[in-house]
Amino acid sequence: MARVTWEPFADLWREMENFRREMDRLFERWSLEGFGWPALAAGYPAVNIWEDEANVYAEAELPGLNLEDLEIYVTGRNQLSIKGERKALAVDKGTWLRQERPFGAFHRIIALPVDVEADKVEARLQNGVLTIVMPKCPEARPKKITVKAE
Amino acid sequence: MANIAKREHRGELATAEPVRTITYSPRVDILETADELTLYADMPGVRPEDLDIRFENGELTIHAKVAARPEKGEFLLREYGVGDFYRTFSISEEIDSDKITAELKQGVLVLHLPKREAVKPKRITVKTA
Repeated sequence: MARVTWEPFADLWREMENFRREMDRLFERWSLEGFGWPALAAGYPAVNIWEDEANVYAEAELPGLNLEDLEIYVTGRNQLSIKGERKALAVDKGTWLRQERPFGAFHRIIALPVDVEADKVEARLQNGVLTIVMPKCPEARPKKITVKAE
Repeated sequence: MANIAKREHRGELATAEPVRTITYSPRVDILETADELTLYADMPGVRPEDLDIRFENGELTIHAKVAARPEKGEFLLREYGVGDFYRTFSISEEIDSDKITAELKQGVLVLHLPKREAVKPKRITVKTA
């Protein structure tokens, strides 16, 4: 008989976890003000990483940036580094009624769980979304093992 | 608990709840000058055709549809969610709604809301007799 796990609060828990993360991201900005300003928080930008058989993909939301503002490299086969600066708007007149958008320099280093081919990494920036495609090292790709019948 | 944490990180992409989508509130900067209000909104992943901006009775609504990313693959790290953007603003200034213009560049929306002539501050020149 199949064992059924009853998790009545699983959805609620997930929602709370999402909310907590959003709040963390929100307050990350304020915690640095006065100390490292105009540097951005250590966790900026937030990054999503996923994989398929051939590649590892990293994505970050960097609205308003151009590829020239960014320095992206992979070192030691599995260290992804994203460095850049989001410059504040140069405004000479007027009053700010709201200023919620983060500005400043940032540098993130992320350890990838698989080795990638550093010289074949490609990055593109489209509509403020940075996507990095990193081909996996041949050794890291899954190998299909054929089973011979005797 | 361990079970839940695992599900959160590995997030099965293909079956990720197609009905209930999360909506995000874009971060904005608003600048007021003598002539207009200028709104800058961070809306990464948004194309001009995805945007719906309305201004009615002093209420500004910004809505953008964002398709789920990635389309396929398995998550190794998930620090942010992808979904529609939605936010409304009540604007007390008198805005000339016919002259509102919007541009979208690199995922940043810039919205110009010009003030009506009547509310612009007028400089009164004082003549010497």
